[in-house]
Amino acid sequence: MSVATASEVFDVIVVGAGPAGSTAALLCARAGLKVLLLERGEYPGAKNVSGAAFYGSAILNELIPNWWEQAPVERYICRRDIAFMSSTTSVALDFHCAAEGYTTPPYNGFIVLRPRFDRWLAAQAEAAGAFLLTSAVVDDVLRENGRVVGVRVRREQGEIRGKVVIACDGVNSFLAKKVGLQREFHAHELSLGVKEVLGLDPAIIEDRFRLSGDEGIAYEYLGAITEDVHGGAFLYTNRDSLSLGVIGQVSSLVERRKRPYELLERFKAHPAVAPLVRGAKLREYSAHLIPESGWTMKPTLYTDGMLVAGDAAGFCLAAGLYLEGMNYAMQSGLAAAETAIDACRRERYSARALSGYRKHLKQRNVSTDFRAYRHAPAFVNSARLQNLYPEVVASGMEQLFRVDGSAKRKILPLARQLMRQYQLKPGELLRDGYQVVRAYLW
Amino acid sequence: MVMTTHEEKMRTVRFRVAATPHIVVNSDICRASCSIHACVYVCPANLFVPLDDGGILFNYEQCFECGTCYIACNQEGAIRWSYPDGGYGVTFRES
Repeated sequence: MSVATASEVFDVIVVGAGPAGSTAALLCARAGLKVLLLERGEYPGAKNVSGAAFYGSAILNELIPNWWEQAPVERYICRRDIAFMSSTTSVALDFHCAAEGYTTPPYNGFIVLRPRFDRWLAAQAEAAGAFLLTSAVVDDVLRENGRVVGVRVRREQGEIRGKVVIACDGVNSFLAKKVGLQREFHAHELSLGVKEVLGLDPAIIEDRFRLSGDEGIAYEYLGAITEDVHGGAFLYTNRDSLSLGVIGQVSSLVERRKRPYELLERFKAHPAVAPLVRGAKLREYSAHLIPESGWTMKPTLYTDGMLVAGDAAGFCLAAGLYLEGMNYAMQSGLAAAETAIDACRRERYSARALSGYRKHLKQRNVSTDFRAYRHAPAFVNSARLQNLYPEVVASGMEQLFRVDGSAKRKILPLARQLMRQYQLKPGELLRDGYQVVRAYLW
Repeated sequence: MVMTTHEEKMRTVRFRVAATPHIVVNSDICRASCSIHACVYVCPANLFVPLDDGGILFNYEQCFECGTCYIACNQEGAIRWSYPDGGYGVTFRES
């Protein structure tokens, strides 16, 4: 499709063909709307990076039944391993689940590679009738009487008119900022992820990680794995490769003057990680920002003629136990699409007409989840949880398990000694306990 | 091999280089009022080179377009950025 033929008015213009944008475009196209899906990369997914653990299988299954049979997926996730690390020790929670829905359809989660998966998803939107235009950067919106009436693509005759614009242009969302819906971010609100895909023979992967067939495992690491930088690390099994990476809060990287790719090298060399990656060969290195602060970086979600969804709206849940973005991108993309479909039916596109987006986000459990876990991101990135507690846990286990002929100590004296050793004060422990309760319990 | 140098990492990434830079660093601001040079450390592609005179040399050609430099820079207006032209810049194939 050439932009010249697009001189007519689209019902919906979606900016960004990631999980939020392609899902929104798919639903709008199915509702019979005339949809334009714009992507700045050479193909959808060309600019996109995440782990990528995708926990939105059931959501996508509503749209495309048995989607995993046709989509490029790596492995389904039936095991998760969450580890507290010190420089020498790892203490992990190992979750292995063969319950229905984990190892059977619709599967709880999949590991995917974004350039392949996102490209496939955008093709589904195209098959539903959306026009996909790649290599198209959107520099600004078109405005008339203060209302958003389209977008300006960076090329000749790049002005394209649309009744509703859905901005799914990612964590740096230039559009949400241009329109005044989003503020500039602070360095403590965003984390940088650096990642490698390392090729490894599938037979070795299955042996080494004790997997059968299409099973996969997701490892997440907290503590000294990022030294004194606030963040964490991950390792996922793909079909014939491993995806691994280190995530560091930007402000913390700056303060500690740490280079992210050096942290990545140290992660691979950690005694608990090195045997997992042995013999693997680098295929691709990548990097991306993550809007980790969730609820606190939520923009104004809509204005006259425009909605914001996905990472552009900060819908990424980084709450320690959960590290989920693609599912919320899709859920918010669907909510935005439902709002746009309503608006087109009623032929009303004002902010008031689009205010139903709030209701749809609630029905799709986006705002409810982010509200419920609004205190978790700050707690997860706090200095004590990042640097102190993993060390205490690791050191405690080291002492508990060490047999050297001296008298065994019971837990209470050991705890007292650890509190002295790490200068933990009962008041601070209580306060942190309260933080956990507030962040996770109710 | 598992352990790689930064140069070896960058060789695995495909870039289609645009004719004009999408990131511009105003080195006068770096020289005049920045002592921390955060961009030099945080950039995952290691594209910012500190100069002897306190300025910053920037090479846009191998940029991941992640935005970290812009977020980390505490000097008002020292880094200006947008995305490269459509289809240009980094193209991930595996990640």
